Amino acid sequence: MASLVGSRVERKEDKRFLTGKGRYTADINLANQTYAIFVRSPHARASIKKINIDKALKSSGVVSILTGKEIADDKIGGLIAGWAIRSEDGTEMKCPGNPPLAKDNVNFVGDPVAVVIAESLAEAKEAAEKVEVDYKVLKAVTSTADAMNGDTIHEGIDKNLCFDWLLGDRQKVKEAFDKADKVISIDIINNRLIPNAMEPRACVADYNAASEEITLYTTSQNPHLSRLIMSAFGNVAPEHKLRVVAPDVGGGFGSKINVYNEDIVCSWAAKKINRAIKWVAERSESFLTDIHGRDHVTHAELAVTKDGKFLGFKNETIANLGAYARVFGTVTPTYLFGPCATGVYEIPAAYTNVKAVYTNTAPVDAYRGAGRPEATYTIERLVEKASMELGIDKTELRIKNFPTAFPFKQTLVHTVDSGDYVAGMEKAKQMADYKGFEARRKESEAKGKLRGIGVTSYFEACGIAPSAAVMSLGCGVGLWESAEVRFNPTGQVTVYTGSHSHGQSHQTTFAQIAADELGVPIENIDIVHGDTDKGTFGMGTYGSRSLAVGGIAIVNACKKIVEKGKRVTAKMLEANPEDVEFKDGEFVVSKSNKKKTIGEVAFACYLPGVRDEMKSPLPEGDEPGLKETSFYDPSNFSFPAGTHIAEVEIDPETGHVKLEKYTACDDFGRIINPMVVEGQVHGGLAQGIGQALYENAEYDETGQLMTGSYMDYTMPRADNFPEFNIGYTCTHATTNPLGVKGCGEAGAIAAPPTVMNAVIDALGGQEVTMPATAEKVWKACKNLKKSNAKAA
Amino acid sequence: MGKISLEVNGRKVEKEAPDNTLLSTFLREHLQLTGTHIGCDTSQCGACVVHVDGNSLKSCTALAADVNGSKVTTIEGLETNGKMHPMQEAFKKLHGLQCGFCTPGMVMSAIDLLQKNKKPSDTEIRDWLEGNICRCTGYQNIVAAVKEAATKM
Repeated sequence: MASLVGSRVERKEDKRFLTGKGRYTADINLANQTYAIFVRSPHARASIKKINIDKALKSSGVVSILTGKEIADDKIGGLIAGWAIRSEDGTEMKCPGNPPLAKDNVNFVGDPVAVVIAESLAEAKEAAEKVEVDYKVLKAVTSTADAMNGDTIHEGIDKNLCFDWLLGDRQKVKEAFDKADKVISIDIINNRLIPNAMEPRACVADYNAASEEITLYTTSQNPHLSRLIMSAFGNVAPEHKLRVVAPDVGGGFGSKINVYNEDIVCSWAAKKINRAIKWVAERSESFLTDIHGRDHVTHAELAVTKDGKFLGFKNETIANLGAYARVFGTVTPTYLFGPCATGVYEIPAAYTNVKAVYTNTAPVDAYRGAGRPEATYTIERLVEKASMELGIDKTELRIKNFPTAFPFKQTLVHTVDSGDYVAGMEKAKQMADYKGFEARRKESEAKGKLRGIGVTSYFEACGIAPSAAVMSLGCGVGLWESAEVRFNPTGQVTVYTGSHSHGQSHQTTFAQIAADELGVPIENIDIVHGDTDKGTFGMGTYGSRSLAVGGIAIVNACKKIVEKGKRVTAKMLEANPEDVEFKDGEFVVSKSNKKKTIGEVAFACYLPGVRDEMKSPLPEGDEPGLKETSFYDPSNFSFPAGTHIAEVEIDPETGHVKLEKYTACDDFGRIINPMVVEGQVHGGLAQGIGQALYENAEYDETGQLMTGSYMDYTMPRADNFPEFNIGYTCTHATTNPLGVKGCGEAGAIAAPPTVMNAVIDALGGQEVTMPATAEKVWKACKNLKKSNAKAA
Repeated sequence: MGKISLEVNGRKVEKEAPDNTLLSTFLREHLQLTGTHIGCDTSQCGACVVHVDGNSLKSCTALAADVNGSKVTTIEGLETNGKMHPMQEAFKKLHGLQCGFCTPGMVMSAIDLLQKNKKPSDTEIRDWLEGNICRCTGYQNIVAAVKEAATKM
């Protein structure tokens, strides 16, 4: 049987999506359902003096109106930060309460203060307009850089500082800098982004008074984790009385990791009114209340010798958490950021210091790449600047500082098991025709255009993550993953995974893995996910962990099935279990022609007996049935890496940046489905290029979101991109049996510095902040003209 | 309230609906044709594109009453005898979709492009699809799928 792993298998999920049969949360309608509209704060920071719902209650069709008082009275808990981070001085981070409905204070525009539940959506909207909230408006804090000097947002949290965290050794770094021939320094802003999954968040909550069970359909990347949080911290219902279903989910990119206010409020309220409640975000609500990403202000320095060896690195960053610390809010700018900030280089001494601040803006949390794009942007912009200042070719400078052997003990935390960074660089250069660039630059110049080339070499730590390691660093849960592989008596297989697919193609790629492991045709394998009533438990999908953690759980469960199959075959065929080999779906007794198919074995396991004989196919100690579970806890992170090269052409008359060429050469370890991986790379690149050239979430000084619609927030469109040129090198991960590393975030991590390095190269080294809009670039072009004129 | 009469995916439908009902709402809520998606509130994303009398239209930009009497085709109406439309086949073959949310609008829009331009260039495809936002694919495989479909339609 030909192996499916490595093949371009067309997706099992596609037909339903292509024929309009996908079932997203907003498509679900329950009998006798009501509709919820949230009353949200129009102010970035205010205290709530009074809420008057009298008029609204009299509005037509209103079923109930609930506020922060009722939710507090019912002791429903708030939203939480999933990681406890300690400051450099040893003190614990400081987190404010974050009630699902604000009771006393609101802290960002969109913070919900009440929910209106009515018979129809139109009636709920009309009544919501009649809820009168009397606010005392307070001065908002919105600037990341100045947040520590602003008014105190949360009582008792001095300087709006959640933590002041250090990773690394300041003294060693000082010594390294003392020895340096040159120090390259850079000040950068990692612009705030809004994830913008195309499906707006939604939930439908239902209460069954007979079983006393709440069912929540919601747009989540991790239904089991959501249930755990809602139960353990939200006090909504005990876990066995709370079912969370995340059906088809239209993209996540990290924005659907969090349990949100609406999930808790609708679940709690459904029980209170004993009716189903449906809520679907309008896009403007998504802009205001989905978690945002990035938003760092960084000063970084690199100490180098004159021949280009890196000696030391320091990174001082202020990270904006927004109004509250959420699930991955505190780990994103710390352990997902700091360890990767030294990049793919051997740097003997380094530290990263992060001050995480609260502001009156939407909470900031994990968005595709989470911390690693910010880290990569910092080091790769700095390295590119070093190449300009040292006059060393940008690719040579990188190669000079690449690790020469693996495992590579990276400066701050990670031991990278495998990789070949030089091979990746050489292949990327060839793919991009790096040598031919100067000729192309001259051609552009002849047309009156400026051309630039930018390079990024990156690695990322994903396959999140070994439980003991992350829990030692403050994570509130272990980050293992589970799988259950269940044979039906008639031979088809159902695989239950705790991962969640919201575009990643698990229904296909996980089935490819199981098909190879079990020798069962892929059409006889179904992957089930997204329902806490189906499958044991799981931590969900983020941090490029589905395959590297969830996929391995499937492999391990399959291996247990095969082991049992060998024992059963041995009993059935009167052989030694050690003599039974499994290949292509058959158990064969070695040196004989005796064999059983895995289907026959499964059948025998479920029907363990024969007519007229007291005889079982099951060896002593084995129970009937054929179903195995694995809880896989990885021994290490996985470390995809690669080199990307971008070429831009700038029209100095307009400042328009045209991305001419984009080359990505990645090492993701073994690839299960090349077609799917290409799609992941393309999508990641689009988001990364979006950050570099188009996207920016902007608040004014009063805390109003200025980019709250697709008219104002520039989403990349089809005509913004060239055809991407992508390729791979491959070193297998040594820490998991598939040799896989993960591919979902690479594009979003590598693209921003690659594109910006190209833009800045074209601009003769002038700094431009992301996004490099025509206006900013046009101004830089004018400066360039002036300085060129002076030089002449 | 008013009576809306349409031919949707080849079937005549007649329903009472409030006068301010958008075509997108009418399809989703009144006819339970949930393949047409709502991704924004400013007529930017294109997830709701359907065909009205053969031309693509963002169904959130029209009232159901505005198109009274029209022939409407939604993503649910593209298959013939259980066989997918060449555009649907091409999206599947070339991985032109990931989460599937923008897909119905993308497919409906792309079909209309090929009705109007049988052999579009890459640039023409990208320009045409400017009104359909996809966050997953980076558009590359969508462009490839449209080109593939052009050879089959």
